[in-house]
Amino acid sequence: MKALNKINIILVMLCVSLCIAQQTPATKQTKDVAIVGATLHLGNGNVIENGIVVFGDGKIKSIGPEASTSITREAMDIIDAKGKHVYPGFIVSNGTLGLVEVDAVKASSDLSEMGTFNPHIRSIIAYNAESKVVESMRPNGVLLGQVVPRGGRISGTSSVVQYDAWNWEDAVIKTDNGMHINWPSSFSRGRWWLGEDPGLKPNKNYAKQVKELTDYFNNAKSHNKGDKNEHHLPYEAMSGLFDGSKRIFINADDEKGITDAVNFAKSQGISNITIVGGYQASKVANFLKQNNVSVMLQRVHTRPELEDHDYDYTFKQAKALVDAGVLVSLEPSGQMERMNSRNLPFYAGTTVAYGLTKAQALQLITQNAAKIMGIDTMYGTLEVGKSATLFISEGDALDMRTNLVSKAFIDGRDLSLETHQTELWKRYSEKYSNQQD
Amino acid sequence: MIKRFQLLLIFMCSFSLFAQDYFPSNTGVKANNSNYTAFTNATIHVSPTEVIENGTLLIQKGKVVAVGTSVDIPKNTTSVDLSGKSIYPSFIDLYTTFGVKKPERGGNGPRYGASRTGFYWNDHIMPEQDVMASFKYDNKTASELHKLGFGVVNTHMPDGVVRGTGALIALNNDADNSLRVVDGETTQHLSFSKSVKSRQAYPSSIMGSMALLRQMYEDAKWYADGNVDTKDLSIEALNGNKNLLQIFEAGSRANLMRADKVGDAYNIQYTIVGGGDEYERISEVKATNATVILPINFKLAYDVDNAFLASTLSLSDMRAWNQGPHNPRLLAENGIQFALTTHDLKSKKSFKSNLMKAIESGLSKQKALEALTTVPAKLLGKSNELGTLKSGSYANFLITSGDIFDKKTKLFENWVQGNPHVIENMNVKDIDGDYNFKLAGNDYKLSISGSTSKPKATLESGDKSLGTKINYANDWVNFTYKTADSTKKEFIRVAANSASGNSLNGKAIMPGGNELSFYANKVKKEDTEKDKDKKKMDDKSKDAYLSPITYPNLAYGFKEKPKSETLLFKNATIWTNEKDGVLENTDILIKNGKISKIGKDLSDKSAKIIDASGKHITAGIIDEHSHIGAASINEGGQNSSAEVTIEDVLDDEDIDLYRNLAGGVTSIQILHGSANPIGGRSAIIKLKWGEASKDLVYDNSPKFIKFALGENVKQSRSSRNERFPQSRMGVEQVFVDYFTRAKAYDKAKKSGKPYRKDAEMEVLAEILNKERFISCHSYVQSEINMLMKVAEQFDFNINTFTHILEGYKVADKMKDHGVGGSTFSDWWAYKYEVNDAIPYNAAIMHNAGVVTAINSDDAEMSRRLNQEAAKSVKYGGISEEDALKFVTLNPAKLLHLDDRVGSLKVGKDADVVLWSDHPLSVYAKAEKTIIEGVTYFDIERDKQMREAIKKEKSELINLMLQDKNKGLKTQPVKKKEKELLHCDSMDKHN
Repeated sequence: MKALNKINIILVMLCVSLCIAQQTPATKQTKDVAIVGATLHLGNGNVIENGIVVFGDGKIKSIGPEASTSITREAMDIIDAKGKHVYPGFIVSNGTLGLVEVDAVKASSDLSEMGTFNPHIRSIIAYNAESKVVESMRPNGVLLGQVVPRGGRISGTSSVVQYDAWNWEDAVIKTDNGMHINWPSSFSRGRWWLGEDPGLKPNKNYAKQVKELTDYFNNAKSHNKGDKNEHHLPYEAMSGLFDGSKRIFINADDEKGITDAVNFAKSQGISNITIVGGYQASKVANFLKQNNVSVMLQRVHTRPELEDHDYDYTFKQAKALVDAGVLVSLEPSGQMERMNSRNLPFYAGTTVAYGLTKAQALQLITQNAAKIMGIDTMYGTLEVGKSATLFISEGDALDMRTNLVSKAFIDGRDLSLETHQTELWKRYSEKYSNQQD
Repeated sequence: MIKRFQLLLIFMCSFSLFAQDYFPSNTGVKANNSNYTAFTNATIHVSPTEVIENGTLLIQKGKVVAVGTSVDIPKNTTSVDLSGKSIYPSFIDLYTTFGVKKPERGGNGPRYGASRTGFYWNDHIMPEQDVMASFKYDNKTASELHKLGFGVVNTHMPDGVVRGTGALIALNNDADNSLRVVDGETTQHLSFSKSVKSRQAYPSSIMGSMALLRQMYEDAKWYADGNVDTKDLSIEALNGNKNLLQIFEAGSRANLMRADKVGDAYNIQYTIVGGGDEYERISEVKATNATVILPINFKLAYDVDNAFLASTLSLSDMRAWNQGPHNPRLLAENGIQFALTTHDLKSKKSFKSNLMKAIESGLSKQKALEALTTVPAKLLGKSNELGTLKSGSYANFLITSGDIFDKKTKLFENWVQGNPHVIENMNVKDIDGDYNFKLAGNDYKLSISGSTSKPKATLESGDKSLGTKINYANDWVNFTYKTADSTKKEFIRVAANSASGNSLNGKAIMPGGNELSFYANKVKKEDTEKDKDKKKMDDKSKDAYLSPITYPNLAYGFKEKPKSETLLFKNATIWTNEKDGVLENTDILIKNGKISKIGKDLSDKSAKIIDASGKHITAGIIDEHSHIGAASINEGGQNSSAEVTIEDVLDDEDIDLYRNLAGGVTSIQILHGSANPIGGRSAIIKLKWGEASKDLVYDNSPKFIKFALGENVKQSRSSRNERFPQSRMGVEQVFVDYFTRAKAYDKAKKSGKPYRKDAEMEVLAEILNKERFISCHSYVQSEINMLMKVAEQFDFNINTFTHILEGYKVADKMKDHGVGGSTFSDWWAYKYEVNDAIPYNAAIMHNAGVVTAINSDDAEMSRRLNQEAAKSVKYGGISEEDALKFVTLNPAKLLHLDDRVGSLKVGKDADVVLWSDHPLSVYAKAEKTIIEGVTYFDIERDKQMREAIKKEKSELINLMLQDKNKGLKTQPVKKKEKELLHCDSMDKHN
């Protein structure tokens, strides 16, 4: 710990120029880099102790144990990482970073559009690559994420971005990858202002709402089969779901809703199905597995929904789903979800305390997330040929005590780990150390 | 039309005996009826404890003249023979709104001032309200109440915190108010709910209502002592109503306790309208000495056919259904006096079935009758006139076919003030039974049922069943039936007299018009197998499953409260938070609720030994800023609410208390919210799961109050801007103003001269006198600096800045002032004023010498505060030992509790946590959380509880299914939710 303190002091001393602007995106990788001696967490369930990873032109060129991997040291920048840990960049599932800057300031929010059926709405164009919240992800190893619109029955289309870019166009790594649906809930609330009981009662309109959604899908299908002489933007935006180019993400939490949602999607001929939230998904885990449905599991750090539920209910759901063979990633939605996205590694860490192995937990926020988003050919694991999107941590990155990121790369680009917050930290630390002089 | 009118007049005149004698009569001669009526040969329940067999009840002019077995009957007496029938005193309902229309909602949006002058400063205090001003006798409701057995009801205006006077009304449909208003001013009514007529924002919470009532009583005394030059009609009325029965509508056990607490401080014993859940903590309720007015709106079984929906039912809601009907019995068994009421019943008709349920659940019939007669009469101070049939009482009584608490018993007549209300004709003879008769050579069997209410008949001839219709009135039976020949549509008509009781005698008119004589003989009836089965079933239902009542009475409650133990943990890694630092392979002995020894190779004969090798032990976590375990958080009705206290609204049934224990938390400060610059007083509690609210609070608790700055207090996110302040500039002036006044108040108080006691000023004076400490919600450096300067101006210190997200910018000034910082580990970006919030805040403040804590302000995060502390290792390189202190010793220091808790030191409270792993690691789980030697959370016991909950719920679901199959009414499944309270939360109740 003393050593760490020293590092901090040195960091403070080294910091010469301070400004409050966002960090400048890193430039393209020009020289090969080798990280030597670290424990390499591959993200696919495997770990290499004392490994070497070499990357150039933004891609991983070789990876393996130090003993069996030879490198030409002169041709590359060597990072000695003995005793340290290397991870693939963590990926935020079902994120909203860049769509809102300050939660309580309406003017800073582009989270959802009015209306019920918004398949034509595209989140990517509102993504603020220069958000101060986005840059605060990187020092925790959170480097990629989905940008998801919210609200309505059909919220719109999401894209996937990396978190170090000049603008949304540079940030995007997969455009319009999924359509997001909010499944009708099994319970609804009375309208207290009309004197109704405000408690949660079974939703009487459930069947009606499901039918509305079904009708909408059927209409979209019919329209897209026609000659489209007269355009219908929302219906046409749905075509990706039917031709398989888009994944359907359905927000559903209860056992019955999840089952109904999956059966609905299947009956529409959609095979790329993901349940988002999935509070009770573990109850239908076998059904999900059989139907090849993946789950973006709700924020692990959430209170159990019902008084009677086990206090650790939300902590142990990942284990239950993984054990059943379901493809699971972790999502952060909820109160203050954007700023909390940087706690994604600790959500994964908690699932270890409640049953998963560390390697399995890591998969939840790397390989699994990449697979569900369809970016796994390039991201999510440390493998030869894949993007060099990774970081070095002083210790176990899933534990807040030891998650100390000293270097991070996206597509081989050497990122700044400074943020609005680190700059303020340094500025004021310096103020007080000057007072002591 | 005219005729009918005349008829009505004549009818009304027949009650001339009730007319006020000094009123002129222009409808005929003045005449008074002084005849007697005697009811003879009846079983007379003179009172719940006195029954006379074959007795006579003699009444005259609406009053009982005599009752007994040998009553002298004057000559001018009409006698009614009631052989085989019973007489009971009629019931009294103390808590109705009979004849009163609830006022409509008035106005729009919050107002901060009163809408009236000449009355109290708060619109919701209306002791001057007289129910008679809006009373209108309601024949229809009276008739409904007659059917339930009620003869007299007390009524009131159900609106406001103080609702004014109630009146006692006899349900005499044929008299006028001059007679049936028994007493126009019997009661004064109170509640925690505001008037719907006024938009005055204060009070906006239960704790605000409590504080308002207390201030009102203080002001009433001040006024009565002649210290006020102006007129206050409300206070005058309040002082005038002093000797009336004070009825407080609480509506739940928790609120019952709160109401009683308010009353006790002013030597007022309220009679309290309960909620039906009193049995959950019966000894607490008993200790109030309050008489309870008890609604019996027992819950219907939930409709659990749909397994998905059923799975969302909470154990506590299911238990309420299962246990609720036992509430009256348990109150009676514990010697708590109560009266029963129809209040809160959705349908008044369900009163009887619910009453039967209570009796089936073991309430004695005597207690039931007392609760409906003598108890309310006594409370009203009218035992001589009401509740019994002793001579001199009102002739308010019921004539029944037998035991009034038997399901099958019929209520024939309900007499009020000597005036009968016929519910069922008691002279109708019961002719139910099977009859045989012969007609035109055929044998028939006729079965009659329901003859005294809705007669039904079936008719068989040989093996054929013949369609038949029957009517029965005044001893005559008329029925028709189809002939056995189904090819023809021919009817046989019968008219027969039933006066003999065991036969029907008359004539039959055949299809051709021939008349034959008709005679049917009644067959003697024996108990059939079916009846016997039914009896067995009834007996069985008496020992039906009763869920255990736990502390608290919900999932994870204890059947028996856990006790303090002597515990010896062996070979643990012990984080002392003292000079010793972290001790490896060390033992710790807990005895008598304290830490007794720490060292190697300890032993104690009486101790339970726990192997803690590989595990860690720390002091219990302390959360400086929590909002769990409270029923309300904000009183935002005014810009200062120093008079309210969270201690008034503790909620011992909050499952988050248990979940926090499971996260190693042992103590929390429940802070008032941040709705206003001067908030309310804190409750500092230990998470003694299972104990009652009042027992959670620290003994000799340090005194704290919440202040707040910034966006919330200036109502930044509200579209209205009516409440001062609306800017940080105004916030400063609020403080300066209040402290200036508090200083003057304190001076006046200390001068020895009389002064108007002001709860708010008392609290602020405590701050000036350094007896109470401020924990202030704060964000940006300007306002932090400002408050320190205001405090310095008044010569005291701010104790703690909570949130304090820009504390790092003024850490040097904080250090100089001597204030501590209690902050979030990494929260930001949720509102504008946290733009510069950084996760390094705790580290910088700590490094600058400020006592620093990390708090939650959140029920979820609070169960992982060890992890939040660990973030300070990551953000700013704080040592692990210091980081742990951020959530243990440092908050104890900030709360002035570090001499009792916060570290592992011999002599301190044994508030400790056993962790499975390094306590700052994300992988650590709390395995045992111990407070004063009592293991309130145990990870193994938790597992057993989960199994027990599963089993109990499935048992209750079974019972609910049985109810539905029996054809009983059910209600749709309800998903219980508890709103997560935080700084901005407002009470929902009003």
